[in-house]
Amino acid sequence: MIAFPSNLAHARIGDAYTVSRIEAPQHAPEWANLLQDIGFLPGEHVTVMTRAVPGGDPLVVRVGLSTFALRMAEAACIHICPTAKA
Amino acid sequence: MYSHLPHGKSLNMKESVVHFHRGGPLLALVGNPNCGKTALFNLLTGSRQKVANYAGVTVERKEGKLTTPTGKALRVLDLPGTYSLAPRSPDERVTHDVLYGRAAGEKRPDMVVCVVDATNLRRSLRLVLSVKRLGLPCVVAVNMQDLGRARGLDIDTAALSLELGLPVVSTVGVKSGGDADLRALLDDATLWQRTPLPGSLIKSEATLETQGDHDVVQNMLKRLGLDTLVPHLVSDRIDRVVLHPVLGPALLAVILFFIFQAVFSWSVAPMDAIKAASAWMGAAVGSVIPDGWLKSLVVDGVIAGAGGVVVFLPQIIILFFFVLVLEESGYLPRAAFLLDRIMGSVGLSGRSFIPLLSSFACAIPGIMATRSIANPRDRLVTIMIAPLMTCSARLPVYALLIGAFIPRRSVGWFSLQGLVLFALYVAGIGGSMAVAWLLKRLTAHGQIRTLMMELPNYHLPSVRNVAIGLWQRVEIFMKRVGGVILVLTIALWFLASFPGAPDGATRPAIEYSLAGTLGKLLAVVFEPIGFNWQISIALVPGLAAREVAVSSLGTVYALSAAGVDTAQALGPLIAQNWSLPTALSLLAWYVFAPQCLSTLATVKRETGGWKMPLIMASYLFGLAYLASFVTYRVALAFA
Repeated sequence: MIAFPSNLAHARIGDAYTVSRIEAPQHAPEWANLLQDIGFLPGEHVTVMTRAVPGGDPLVVRVGLSTFALRMAEAACIHICPTAKA
Repeated sequence: MYSHLPHGKSLNMKESVVHFHRGGPLLALVGNPNCGKTALFNLLTGSRQKVANYAGVTVERKEGKLTTPTGKALRVLDLPGTYSLAPRSPDERVTHDVLYGRAAGEKRPDMVVCVVDATNLRRSLRLVLSVKRLGLPCVVAVNMQDLGRARGLDIDTAALSLELGLPVVSTVGVKSGGDADLRALLDDATLWQRTPLPGSLIKSEATLETQGDHDVVQNMLKRLGLDTLVPHLVSDRIDRVVLHPVLGPALLAVILFFIFQAVFSWSVAPMDAIKAASAWMGAAVGSVIPDGWLKSLVVDGVIAGAGGVVVFLPQIIILFFFVLVLEESGYLPRAAFLLDRIMGSVGLSGRSFIPLLSSFACAIPGIMATRSIANPRDRLVTIMIAPLMTCSARLPVYALLIGAFIPRRSVGWFSLQGLVLFALYVAGIGGSMAVAWLLKRLTAHGQIRTLMMELPNYHLPSVRNVAIGLWQRVEIFMKRVGGVILVLTIALWFLASFPGAPDGATRPAIEYSLAGTLGKLLAVVFEPIGFNWQISIALVPGLAAREVAVSSLGTVYALSAAGVDTAQALGPLIAQNWSLPTALSLLAWYVFAPQCLSTLATVKRETGGWKMPLIMASYLFGLAYLASFVTYRVALAFA
C-alpha cells in the first residue's frame, strides 16, 4: 500500500482524488477564497493532468469539468483524499 | 461621448448618466470567463458596439445596442467575466461594482443576463445564485448548448428554470439566430420589474456562501440528472501534445516563429503601398497648396507624420489576427502556462508574454494588450519593459547604420551584419529581463502572485468574433493616430520649422530652427557618448518616431532625397564622417532610448497620468545614455 499524498502538489499525474479541505498559507490567506471561487470545494473531483518541465511547477489540474494551471504553492493548499473506485 | 458624470444615488436617476447610446434600459451580461459571453454579446449587438474604458480604470468597457422582436431598444453591457462576486482582479472589481450600483459613471443595470456554460453548469450556476441574491431582474441564458448536446448533456431548461426560480433560455453564441429565444424573452414586460429584497440579503460577502451554493447546485444537478462529469475529450487529446514537456515548447516555438515571419514578410507589400500612398497624397496636396508654411505643415507635418505611424497598420493587423485566433481557440493560456517558469524568474507571469510579443511589431498595441494582466504591478512592469522589445520602427535606423559601418563578410555560416542585427534584438530582450528582475527586487516586496489560470476547452475560432476583435483594435489604433500622435507630430514639425532660415542662409534650414538650437545644446550633453551635432539635431524630430531620425539626418546633411533614397545616399556619407565607435554608440542608443512620443502618449492613456510615462522616459534615456557611453568608450579603447 502506497501512502497517499495529503495535498494536490504531490499528487501523481492521472490519479483521481477528492478535495477534502482548503488550507491557505499564513502569508496568503486570501488564496482559500480564490481557490474556492474557481471550484476547489470539498467533495469536488480533482486530477493532476500534467506538470511543467523542469521542476513540475506549475501544474495543470482538472477540477470538476474545468482545467486550471496552478503553481505548486497554490496546489499545496488543496488537501485531498483518494477517490473510491466506482 | 462617454461621460464621467457622478453616479450619485442613481437608483432613481436611471436616465441621468449619458452614454454612447442614450436612453433605453440597460442589460448587463454576466458570466464566468470562457463561457462564450462575448460571442453571445457579439451576436446580440452585431457591429453596433463601442469600446472604451471604465471611468478611472483601464478595464475595457464594451457596450452595444440591441433591438428586441417588438422593437424595444436596449443597451447591452458586456461585463468582464468573473468566477464569483468577490472580486480578484480589476476586471472582476468592475463587474462587482456595476452589479452593486457602485461603479463611477455607470448606471445600475435594469436587468442581468447570467450567461452559463452548458458544458460546465456546476461552476456557472454558483454565480447565478449569487447574482440572483442581488435582487435585480435576472434571466439565465444556457450558452453553448450545441457543445453540451454534442457531449450528451441534455439540459431541460424548463426544469432548470423551476429549480432556479428564474427564466431560463438556451443560446448558441456562435450561430446566427442562436440568440432568438433570449431576444424574445426580453420583450416580457413582467421580467423587468424589480422585486425589492430585504436589505439584509443585499450584501457583499458572497464568498461565505460559496460552499452552501456549491451544495445547492450539486443537489440541483442531481435532480436534473446532470451531475455526471463529462470531460471534453478532444481538448484533453490536444493538450497531450500542446502541454507535452518536449512537444509543447517546440510547438510554441514553431508558432511564434511563424507569426514573426508573417508579421515581417506578409506586411512588406501593404506597407510599401501605404508609404507610396502617403507620398502620393503629400505630392498631390502639395501641388494644390501654394508654397509656404501651410504647405509644409500639411505635407511634412500632417501627412508625413500620420503616414509614418499608419505604415505599421499592416503589421498590427497581421499580429492581432494571430493573437485573436490563438485567444479564441484557447491556446493563449497554454502558451502562458508553458512560459510561466521563464517569466517567473524575472518576477512576471506567463500572462505578460502576449503584450511583449506584440511589442516586436510596435510597442503601442503591446501596451494596449497589457489590459489582460490582472495583477496591477505585473501590468505596470510589462508596460515599462515593452518599449525595450525591438519594434519594427528601429529597423530603418539599424539598417542604415549596419549597412554603413559593419563590413559585409561572413563569420562561419552567418553574415556579420545579420549577427549584429540579432545581437541588437538580444540586447533589447536581455535589457528588458534585467529591468524586470530589478523591479522585482525593488517593488515585489516578496509578494507571491497567483497563477490560478483557467485553460479553457479548445474552440474553433469564429470568423465573426475575430473580425469584430480585429476591427476594434484597428479602430483604437487609428483613433490614436488621429489624436495624440497627430498633435505631437505637428508640434515637432513646428519645432523643426521655426524660426525659418534667414535670407542668404547657406546651411540647411533645420539648423536655424528651435529643433536645431536644441540639437546644438544637446550636442554638449551627447559629446561624451560620441554623437556630433548633426546626430543630436536628428534625435529631436526623431522623437516623433524612431525611423524619422533617418530622414532627419538626411535633412541635416542637406540631402534633397527622402525616405529610402536618403538611407542609400546617406550610408556612404556617414561612413566617411563618423567613426565606428560613434556608429556603435548610436546603435546602442536606439536599443534603449524612448525615441517615440506615441508610445509615451499610449502609456499616459493606459496608466491614467503623466507619472508613468515620465518615469519610463527618464529610465530609458538613462539606460540609453549609459549603454552608449559604455559602448563608445569600449569601442574607442579597441579602435
